[in-house]
Amino acid sequence: MAQVSAQQDDASHEMGMHTEQLSGRTQQVFFNLDEEGGFAYPDSFEVDFNKRAELDASNMGPKEVNAGIRELMKEGNGTIVLKNPGAKHSIGVGILNKLNLIIEGSLGYFGCGLVDGPNIRISGRVGWSCAENMMAGSVVIEKNAGSTFGAALRGGDLVCKGSVGSRTGIDMKGGNIIVGGDTGAFSGFMMQRGRMVVCGNAGKNLGDSMYDGTIYIGGKIADLGVDAVPGELTDLDKQWLTRKLKMYEILPEKGVDHFTKIVAGKQLWNYDNLEPTEKKLIL
Amino acid sequence: MCGIAGLIHRDGASGIGQEMTSMLQALKHRGPDSTGFAIYGDAADGEYVLRFKVAEQEDLASGFKIHDQIKQRRAEVDDRLKSLGVDVSLAEDATEYAYRYKIKFAGDLKKLSDFVEDVEGAEILSIGNGLELIKDLGDATVVSDQYALGGFKGTHGIGHTRMATESDVDIRSAHPYWAYPYNDIAVVHNGQITNYWIMRRQLERQGQRFVSNCDSELLAVYTANNLEKGATLEDSLKQSIEEIDGVFTYLVATEDSLGMAKDTMAAKPMVLFESDSLVALASEEVAIRSIIPQEIDTWDPYDEEVRVWHR
Repeated sequence: MAQVSAQQDDASHEMGMHTEQLSGRTQQVFFNLDEEGGFAYPDSFEVDFNKRAELDASNMGPKEVNAGIRELMKEGNGTIVLKNPGAKHSIGVGILNKLNLIIEGSLGYFGCGLVDGPNIRISGRVGWSCAENMMAGSVVIEKNAGSTFGAALRGGDLVCKGSVGSRTGIDMKGGNIIVGGDTGAFSGFMMQRGRMVVCGNAGKNLGDSMYDGTIYIGGKIADLGVDAVPGELTDLDKQWLTRKLKMYEILPEKGVDHFTKIVAGKQLWNYDNLEPTEKKLIL
Repeated sequence: MCGIAGLIHRDGASGIGQEMTSMLQALKHRGPDSTGFAIYGDAADGEYVLRFKVAEQEDLASGFKIHDQIKQRRAEVDDRLKSLGVDVSLAEDATEYAYRYKIKFAGDLKKLSDFVEDVEGAEILSIGNGLELIKDLGDATVVSDQYALGGFKGTHGIGHTRMATESDVDIRSAHPYWAYPYNDIAVVHNGQITNYWIMRRQLERQGQRFVSNCDSELLAVYTANNLEKGATLEDSLKQSIEEIDGVFTYLVATEDSLGMAKDTMAAKPMVLFESDSLVALASEEVAIRSIIPQEIDTWDPYDEEVRVWHR
């Protein structure tokens, strides 16, 4: 991990930000900082979106499916259609490069977790913990999703056009979770950054113990959790909501003026409110 | 972690034995220790199916005498049934230690149950007009083959794959639990009940009895106790969310219905598929897809959700 310069350190202190140096295994170097063009993961692949392949998962286990996707990416295929996923678990995980992955069907638990960069479209439903720890890219689900949708999300857009289960966005650290229908209890629990948009209703304890981040609810809120408080819905919020919801074709007919904005009361925790990317610009 | 599944056909009987076997086999990874089925066939007027065992599977490894002891215990049960005036029209060996009887009995089922279970090693798995409860060690295919469930026709059923966390790996601690002594009521549960001992003591003081130390049995006894007091199945399910602490999703089946309840934290999974002809529930969609291969619309019931379906 790169060291923070004295100048950066001063600037961050002036802004009230933290600059603690992490210790232990989080200091492991994942990238070659000298490499031109920056940061390519090991096991990520150069792909061509115009090169297309299909994979039938009917008679394959999750490991075989993921290995099959990897093999196709290795061959340079940038558009992969996965057929008959059959609600199997842990499909489409650990994809660390750009890719158009079109999944024709439903996924089980832990689908599309730990991805960084792909655009994934799922025509069916997903089970618990979809896109857990997603870093970048997009995952769009046409039907419903299970609980802990987007747990610990770091970045990218995670979209469910139907309804999702409980604890949506638990511990999310960035990115956007967008839900066309309802969400269950404890959504946004211990949320740290990012934005969650729910066009329908939200269950009890919404935003409980949230450190930071923003939640927008279009329907009724059963009740707010500890330290979750209403915020002012600004024009910028409305513009952003309209753009995002229109992009994913789930903008409500009556627009977004009726949305309720929920933010952290910051009585439990004391954090600055910059996104990591914004913080990087200043540092 | 355990796996639970339920299924109810709204348009008549189907191959419920094979269907439940497929669903539970798909959930094997959630619980490899034991598998249980509560399946509902056609009810015969005035006739019960009695499922009982007189030993645990692991008892068979305890010595040569056990085989004679099993015969003696079964003979003792037969004598006791006879002394109570029970008319046994069919007596089948499901295994060496578990049996399926068709009986006619007009008396008190609690008295019958207590009298039979007074025999050493004897445990009634179920008494029902339609209900047949089978549970044993092993995965769904093993248990289904062992008890010849593949050809069982019926309208609905619930099942369980168990990962033992709170009590022993034996048939006594396996699910489903029969809601003793009520015919045709069975329960499967995924989760942990944290006020188990408080609730158990309360129910025991009211005259209910427990056969295991498995927290899931509480839900069966609790349901039986509520129904005894006149509550409907839906009332009992709703009441349980208020009174039972812990994390749980559980299914209850009766002679003509299937119910579910999810705790206030929604911490245990349940996926639901509902159509005009069929309702299927399972801890994971992959179980439902094992009997419905095509793409379907499913969703997760929310916290504190209670549902009851009728066949």
